[in-house]
Amino acid sequence: MTEKILEAKTISKYFHDPKTVQVLKEVSFTINKGEFVSIIGKSGCGKSTLLYILSTMDTDYTGELFIDGQKLTGKKEKELAVIRNEKIGFVFQFHYLLAEFDVLTNVMLPGLKLAKLSKEEVEVNAYQKLKILGIEDQALKKPNQLSGGQKQRVAIARSLINTPLIIMADEPTGNLDFKNGKIVFDIFKEICHEFKQSLLVVTHDNEFANNTDRIIEMQDGIIIKN
Amino acid sequence: MRYKLIFRISRALLFARWKQTLIAAIGVTFSITMFITLLGFMTGLNGLLDGLMTNRTAHIRLYNEAKITDVQPIDKYKSYKSSYNFVQSLKPKNDNLKIQNNRGIIQAIKTDERVLGVCPKISTQVFYNAGAVKLNGMINGIEVESEKALFAFEDYMVGGNSNDLQTISNSVILGVGVAKKLLAELGDVIQVTTILGEIINLKVVGMYQTGIAEIDKVQSYASISTTQRILGVSSDFITDIQVKLKDINQAPQMAIEYANLFGTSAIDIQAANSQFETGSSVRSLISYAVGITLLIVAGFGIYNILNMLIYEKMDSIAILKATGFSGKDVSNIFITIALTIGLVGGAFGLLFGFALCNVIDAIPFETDALPTIKTYPINYSIKYYIIAAIFSVVTTYFAGFFPSRKASKIDPVEIIRGK
Repeated sequence: MTEKILEAKTISKYFHDPKTVQVLKEVSFTINKGEFVSIIGKSGCGKSTLLYILSTMDTDYTGELFIDGQKLTGKKEKELAVIRNEKIGFVFQFHYLLAEFDVLTNVMLPGLKLAKLSKEEVEVNAYQKLKILGIEDQALKKPNQLSGGQKQRVAIARSLINTPLIIMADEPTGNLDFKNGKIVFDIFKEICHEFKQSLLVVTHDNEFANNTDRIIEMQDGIIIKN
Repeated sequence: MRYKLIFRISRALLFARWKQTLIAAIGVTFSITMFITLLGFMTGLNGLLDGLMTNRTAHIRLYNEAKITDVQPIDKYKSYKSSYNFVQSLKPKNDNLKIQNNRGIIQAIKTDERVLGVCPKISTQVFYNAGAVKLNGMINGIEVESEKALFAFEDYMVGGNSNDLQTISNSVILGVGVAKKLLAELGDVIQVTTILGEIINLKVVGMYQTGIAEIDKVQSYASISTTQRILGVSSDFITDIQVKLKDINQAPQMAIEYANLFGTSAIDIQAANSQFETGSSVRSLISYAVGITLLIVAGFGIYNILNMLIYEKMDSIAILKATGFSGKDVSNIFITIALTIGLVGGAFGLLFGFALCNVIDAIPFETDALPTIKTYPINYSIKYYIIAAIFSVVTTYFAGFFPSRKASKIDPVEIIRGK
């Protein structure tokens, strides 16, 4: 039996500025454990908005959201922060590494925040994740000494550090050239298959999407193909 | 563990803009330094100026006023109880300047726990004979030992030895103004005419300067027994009992108590010298106002720098929040930054303030009015250091509070989607 990791029930979202527009119209779907799902659609179809609602960072919506069977709708900011920390990994279009810390510390930060393991254990894990991504030799460099592709890989390592239930990515290859984009995709594929890691990727790169397990296509705030 | 992580991130952000951080900390250091120096100097000066009067003045003085007896014999007479009695041309009694049973009173006051010390005194008017001219004057008969202990008598001696007053009979310590007029020097013998018309020789064993010229021109000191001899009275004759209290603020209430208890007049220092207290409290108030203004300005500096830092580190804040740091964590990071600036800046401020106080303390400050003061007076009371430390922490906390609240409310979605 497949295990439901994430479930969205009739999620709707409105933007009120400058005038009220419904960007998501009762969107419902589920993601199972170990699935590599991509959401595609034209610019402005609401796919990123949906992702941020699923990520718990955006709480201004109607409908219900479950992660790991737990209802997240209506929870407090602090509780959601804990859930994000433990159960969700993020990769964005931009890497968002902290320039003040070296690569290793950047990867470790969410793990240190979770504080389930000692600092030493988190460090071992961080090295392990960097190794999976083939950049363990860059661990002690500062992010600004890395190339764009390397930075994005560090960001992926960071998203993996707490072994989350699901990794959400918003245009993870959007800022990368073809070659680096391919590398990132292969990494996603690898962690999905080897570690049974669930992935939800928003992209407008159809070629990228075609290689994933499942494609959710959106248009004007509704899912037209699942 | 959690706090360690918050500290670590705070430190990284602090050092990311270390120049601004340093300037903010220097702002706090400067204001704390000035606060300490200003208050130390101002209260030191206050203490000196107040000391001019309060050191030399009894907190409570018991004396008998030359006044008309309140209750006349006729009032006590039964037959006239219900009538109005008119007695005309009343005059004060002759000998009532003497405090009756003064030894008993002194003993009683000495056992009072609120009292620091007590000493008797006799005041009498004399004339200093300068050739044909007679100068108005006043001789105070004192107990040198207790006078030294309670009223810093020694601080105002400018020549000679005050102990000679007890050991050499018919000796006197002259006010410098008197000595100048009489052309008297240490070891000279001067002549005074008593109020009884006798002429007495007194040996000058010391010089004395209060800093108040009007007093130095007329006042001299002798031992109690010498003064009793000048007045031609017995050895139990005392005109004043001076009381020094542990807490000066109790003086008004205790003066009333003693007046009722011992049946003498009693005046407290507040009633006698109210203008001094007003002056010093206003000066302290001004120092506090200036010091706190400096700190608040420094607080605005920190506020600005934190605001800048938050704008600059918007991305970092967004990703911290995305990866599971709560708004509270983020606000703690910025509060920590602010408090670090406050604590480090404040600590250096306390040190520099102490150093600057030491420098001022070493600057020569000589004036005729204050013979024992050689340098500027400084108050090193720990109180001001504690106040400064508390204020530096409180103002920097508030300077950090508003920016940190702003940081905690940053919506990561807005930042991340904006890219």
